[in-house]
Order: sequence, then C-alpha cells, then structure tokens
Amino acid sequence: MSLDTTPILLSATEEARRQIEICNACRYCEGFCAVFPAMTRQKAFADGDLTQLANLCHNCRGCYYACQYTEPHEFALNIPAILAEVRVESWERLARPQRLARVFQTHGVAMAGLLVVVLAWVFWAASVLRPDAGSGFYAYLAHNTLVAIFVPAFVLPLVLIAVSVRDYWREVDGGRVRLAQVLSALGSALRMKNLSGGHGEGCNFERGDRFSDRRRVYHQLTMYGFLLCFAATTVATVMHYLLGLEAPYPLLSPPKLLGVPGGLMMVAGAAGLAWLKLRADRSLGAARVWGAEMAFVLLLGAVALSGLALYGAAGSSLVMPLLAVHLATVMVLFLLMPFSKMVHGFYRLAALVAEAGKPAPTAGGE
Amino acid sequence: MTDWPKTFDLVVVGGGNAALCAAITAAEAGASVLILESAPIAYRGGNSRHTRNFRCMHKGPASPLTGCYEEEEYLQDLMLVTKGKTDEGLARLAIRSSEDCLPWMKAHGVRFQPSLSGTLSLSRTNAFFLGGGKALVNAYYNTAEDLGVKVAYEAQVTHVHRQGDRISHVEAEIQGRPRTIKARAFVLASGGFQADIDWLARAWGPAARNFLIRGTPYNRGVVLRDMLDQGAASVGDPTQCHAVAIDGRAPKYDGGIVTRLDCVPFSIVLNNDGQRFYDEGEDVWPKRYAIWGRLVAAQPDQVGYALIDAKSIDLFMPSVFPPVTAETIEGLASKLGLDPKAVRRTVEGFNAACRPGRFHPTELDGLATEGLEVPKTNWARPLDTPPYYGYQLRPGVTFTYLGLKVDARAQVHGAEGPIRNLWAAGEIMAGSILGQGYLAGFGMTIGTVFGRIAGKEAAAHVA
Repeated sequence: MSLDTTPILLSATEEARRQIEICNACRYCEGFCAVFPAMTRQKAFADGDLTQLANLCHNCRGCYYACQYTEPHEFALNIPAILAEVRVESWERLARPQRLARVFQTHGVAMAGLLVVVLAWVFWAASVLRPDAGSGFYAYLAHNTLVAIFVPAFVLPLVLIAVSVRDYWREVDGGRVRLAQVLSALGSALRMKNLSGGHGEGCNFERGDRFSDRRRVYHQLTMYGFLLCFAATTVATVMHYLLGLEAPYPLLSPPKLLGVPGGLMMVAGAAGLAWLKLRADRSLGAARVWGAEMAFVLLLGAVALSGLALYGAAGSSLVMPLLAVHLATVMVLFLLMPFSKMVHGFYRLAALVAEAGKPAPTAGGE
Repeated sequence: MTDWPKTFDLVVVGGGNAALCAAITAAEAGASVLILESAPIAYRGGNSRHTRNFRCMHKGPASPLTGCYEEEEYLQDLMLVTKGKTDEGLARLAIRSSEDCLPWMKAHGVRFQPSLSGTLSLSRTNAFFLGGGKALVNAYYNTAEDLGVKVAYEAQVTHVHRQGDRISHVEAEIQGRPRTIKARAFVLASGGFQADIDWLARAWGPAARNFLIRGTPYNRGVVLRDMLDQGAASVGDPTQCHAVAIDGRAPKYDGGIVTRLDCVPFSIVLNNDGQRFYDEGEDVWPKRYAIWGRLVAAQPDQVGYALIDAKSIDLFMPSVFPPVTAETIEGLASKLGLDPKAVRRTVEGFNAACRPGRFHPTELDGLATEGLEVPKTNWARPLDTPPYYGYQLRPGVTFTYLGLKVDARAQVHGAEGPIRNLWAAGEIMAGSILGQGYLAGFGMTIGTVFGRIAGKEAAAHVA
C-alpha cells in the first residue's frame, strides 16, 4: 500500500512520487500553476516525470496552504518542499562535476570562501599585471588581461550548463523543440506566470496563507536588472571592438543607460528577495540549501552594488578596491553558474519549453 | 482571549463555511463577533475544507460559470435527488440567493477556477474554488480577521444555555479549560454528527462501526445533541446519513476526495461471498455514486470488491491507493481475501452473459448482459484481459440529515416558538432543505446563503 505511514526513509524522488500520487487523485489545485495540469497526464510517475514536475514548480506554495492533507494529516503532503528537494537534487545530479554542485548548492559559506580567494587573486593580479599605460579601469588591469580572464570564466560554465540541460532534456523525454514551445515558455518566464497564483494576486511565500505579489516583483526586478546589465556589457563590447569606443562611458551612452537602471533594479530585487527569504517558512522549501540560496541572492546584489559604486567612485582612490570587489563578485557569479541557484533559470526554462511541447492535459474520470 | 469583551454581540459556534459567512456578514454590519471552532487551527473549517465547488443559479454566463442555470432547473435537480423531500420555500430561497453569493464570495477573498479536469459536466452549474475548500476557508478567516472577528480554536461548545425564548450564554472548553461566554446573539453552524460513531451506530445499527467518515473528525454533533435535548425543533431522518462507496483502505476519518473510486461502472462488484449484488452499469457514475454507499453498507461486513481488467484501468480517475493486481482471476481473489473458486464462477458466469456491441465509456452504451439474475445494463464487457485489478469498497459517510429546523430567517425554534436570538446555518440545518440524497455543491450553497442570512439577522438583532 503506497500510503503505509510506517516511518521508512524514502529517497526524495520516492517521497515525491508518494505525494504526487495523492495529489493526482485530488486535483483541487489545478488552477494555481503549471505543475498540476501537467500531473494529470499520467497515473504513474517515472523518475523523469518527477524531475520535470519539480523543475516546473516555482515554489509559490499556494498548493501547500490550500491542501487538506498537510500535516498533521496522516497523508503529510508538503508538495512545495518535496519538489524543491527533488529539483535541487536534479541540479546536483545533472551538473558536471557533481561534486562542485553538491558543495556550492548546499553551502553558502563555500561561495563566500571562493569569493575571498578570487578577491585576493584579483588584488594580486592587479599588482603584478598592472599595465604601464591605460586609463579608467584599464589603468589597473589591461583590457586584454580582463578579456583573457573573463571570456573563459564565462564561456566554460555555459558549456557545462548546456551539457547538463541536454541531459535534463533526455531525462524528462523532452522530444523535438518547436519555436512555438520556446515562445510559450519565454512568455511564462517574462511574466513569471507561475508565481501569479493563478488569480494574479501572487503567491503564498512570505505571508502564510495570504497572497502577495512581492516575490514576483522582486524576482522580475532582479531578472530584468540582470538582463539589462548583461545587455550593457554586450553593447559595450560592440562599442569597444567595432566602434573603437573605450570605457569609461558617459552617463548618456548605451552601456550606462542600460547598466545603471539594471544595476539599481538588481540591487532592489536582490535586497527584496533576501528580505522575503528571511520571512518565509523554510520548511516549505529545500531547507538544506537555504544558506546557499541566500548567499546567491546576496552575491547578485553585491555584483550590482559594487558595479554602481565603481561608477560613482570614478576618478577617486576607491576605484582600485571597488574594481577588485566588482570583478571578484562577477567572476564568482560566472564560475558558479552551473553549481549555484543561478542554474535554476536554465532548467526552469527547459521545463517550461518541455511542458509547452506536451499535449494539453486531458480530462479523466467522471 | 485577554482582549475579549465581557459580552460579544455575536458568538458563532463552528468554524466552517456557514460560520464564517455569518461572522463576516455580522462583523461588516458592525457587530463584535467571536468564532468558537472546535478543531485546532490545522483542521479548522469543518467539512468545508474538503469541498471544492458551489452550485449557483445564474441567468447568463457568470465567470467561471458557463451558460445559464435558472431557478426551475435547479429546483428540478434538487427534487430529483431528494425525491421531493425538501421544503420548497427554503429550497427556492437558497437557490435564488445563490446568484448573489458568487460576487459576495469573490469580494470576500474566494477565488475561482475553471471546472477541474474530469468535472466538465459541472462547468455550467458549479463554480469551483481555486485550490478547493481549504483555500476558501483560509480566505474567509483572513477576511474575518481583517474585520476584527476573534477566533478561538480547540473551542468545543458543550452547552447552549437557554432562558425562556433566549440564549444567555454558551459553555465551552477552550484548549481544555472550561469557559462561559456571553453574547447577545448566537449562530449555530457546527455541522452534523457523522464523526460520532456511537451516535451513528445507535441510529443505523452496529454495521455503522464499519463505516468510514470522509470528512472532519470534529463534527461530533455535541451542540446539535444539546439543542435537541432542550426541545429545539428538528428536521431530517435521524437514522440516515449520506454515504458513498469509497476505497476501503481509506483512513477512518478525513480521507476526503482522494479516497473516491470511480471504477464501478467499468467493473463488476462482488461481496464477501464472491457474488455480485447490484447492476454496476445502471447509470453514469455521477448519478450513481451516492447509492453505492448504501449498497455496500447492506453487504456482509459492509465491504465490496470492484474487479476490472486491463481494458478498463485507464477509464477513470486514479485512486489514491494502487489497485491490487494479479495475472489471474483466482490470484486476484486470493489477494483480496475472497474465495478464488466462487469469484471464478461469478466472473465466468458474467463473461458468458456479455454480448458483443459498441462500448462507449462516457455515455449509456446499452452494452448489457443477458440472462443474469443481477444484470449489468451498460458497459458490460467480459473480464478477460490480464492483468486484473481489484479495489476494496467501503461506505464513506459524508454527512447526516438530522438537523435543526429553521425558518426563512434561519431562526431556530423551540417547542413554544422561535428562540429570539438564535440562528443556525450550514450542515446543522441542511436537513431542512436536503431531506434525502445529495446534489453536488449544494451543501456550500446552503451554508453560504443561510450563513449570510444568519449573520445579517443576528447583526440586526443586536444593532
């Protein structure tokens, strides 16, 4: 009997299967998000099905508060928590190398440690590799040196992620990708539809059973802020190489017009997410990775804040230390993309694309 | 409890949908309100936490409802299930008022969703709560809290003290401590008595000890019993309860929706002796599930066994418990604890009585057996494709019919006439309208309509 409540230790995937089978016999939560309609496609759940459901889940927690089977009920459902655990385990399992993911997904202190190491290294590099000529930042680190360091630090993690997402796609049996699927998935992500609660009033993250749109707002500030900063860097690269225009750029230039608002949004978003994380009930998420997730949010904030500070400090003696901090945070963010919460964006998008490619859930029974 | 006034304007006994509708309505009219909920906070909301929709009259499309569903059709549906055992005046009042309830519910935090998968047949008549009944209950508690309503959990009212034609106070145990609570008006919305197995056994007979209770273990009818002992006017058959056939492995209490089994029309159902006892294909399941509780209750040990084969396993909603599975009929019978020979004989007899024809799972296909003493009149296909599957069935009690008789103002009456400051709403008075049978989503309609009436009347009384 699947509901035998004798306390045996189930793996996260087995426990998720036990819970999802109960869920699938109820279906009251169908309107909250993409997970529940997706669930109704089958009666039996293979490991890959559970991986997919877990990565579709945005941890809005609506289903937890609406559930009549949460503890102390003997069915003891906690769907947001068990899917969060399966999700993190899938990121650890699919990462290459897995060991790094296990360390950095779980331990915030590991990320902080890496940051210190990288920071020290940047200071060392700045003192040893300091160029004879150059203005602005390039007085401290030559442009070519920066490129030589950051291009591999950016590209290699992306390659690792690409390999992992390919493995994910196989595990969840994603099939062929059509453009319409990608557009649908992007539409969901750009509006963060799965944190809307289904009624547009948001989720149950930090206010218990009351709805709040704060998490969606802060997430989107962070995400769009990050994308703007990324766009700023890309534009600057084009200006540097194709137009011969070197940094520093004035305020009314494309890199600054994109980067300054982007940085401000990231700082506000990351501060908001960190604050929400402090207020939210940890037992409804993957409790063991709370510290690392918090460290990641703070890292995002630090990247943006140090970038803005660097801009503000132009011409002063603070440029060198701020530059070091900024470069170090960016470097850690890049290096840890496959091994930190940052990877969620890739898997989540993959899950949304896969979901969009599946046949519309069919009605069963009655 | 330290910030409670000496006397509340209104004390609401119970903490489910009807209680909350009464409390919110009265609080909005300016009354100070206390809710006494017998369950702990995790189980608050009575049977409302297991509900999922609300049957609603509407003259045109009203999100999330499609088409229209007018008073006469609604009433006809009610007449059909109750076989006329209703108070037509109260029934019409509930039906007519339901239309206004939908916007009221939305304004007080309830969110709706399109009809759930597998329930498309209800998309015109029933509005589904986003997240189900517990989400509705949460929304109402939040609304009530914002209005300053006080709530005491684990607060079991033990006695409603009557002085002449008025209630002076209630006696309660709040978290184990006895308290006397005074108020100027009282609303009783504390549900039926289906969780009191001894009471069920007295009413139904010892067989009731084998029944499962689908909903909250907190509906023990303490307040109902107390009122009946004081001569309050009652309504509804005291020996009857509404029971459906559910998975026999469900927990004794609170198994809720996931314990339902929709497989009967595609199966043959045997009793302990391995014999069939009723036409499994009499009608579509939504129209028949309610009678199967009673049918199984009448069998030895109050148990039945639904047997299906591989052809039919995907035709119904999954149950929360996996079926018992075997490659042979005999193997399945032994796993279910039945006599393999008897089951083999029954299956062979049934298979031989099946006739070729078009099978259609979602409509009455007329595919019937021939020559059986207990025929199967639709969806009769031989059990011949392994693996074979079996589910144990037991009666699951949903609610009881005996309740307080109320008038159109939801007022409770004693032998000498109305009790001036006492109203009732929800399952405790639903027998006034629902004398027999059940209509999906109608319990929530009665609770919402009469909860609001009770709250309004109580607030007017103390104003």
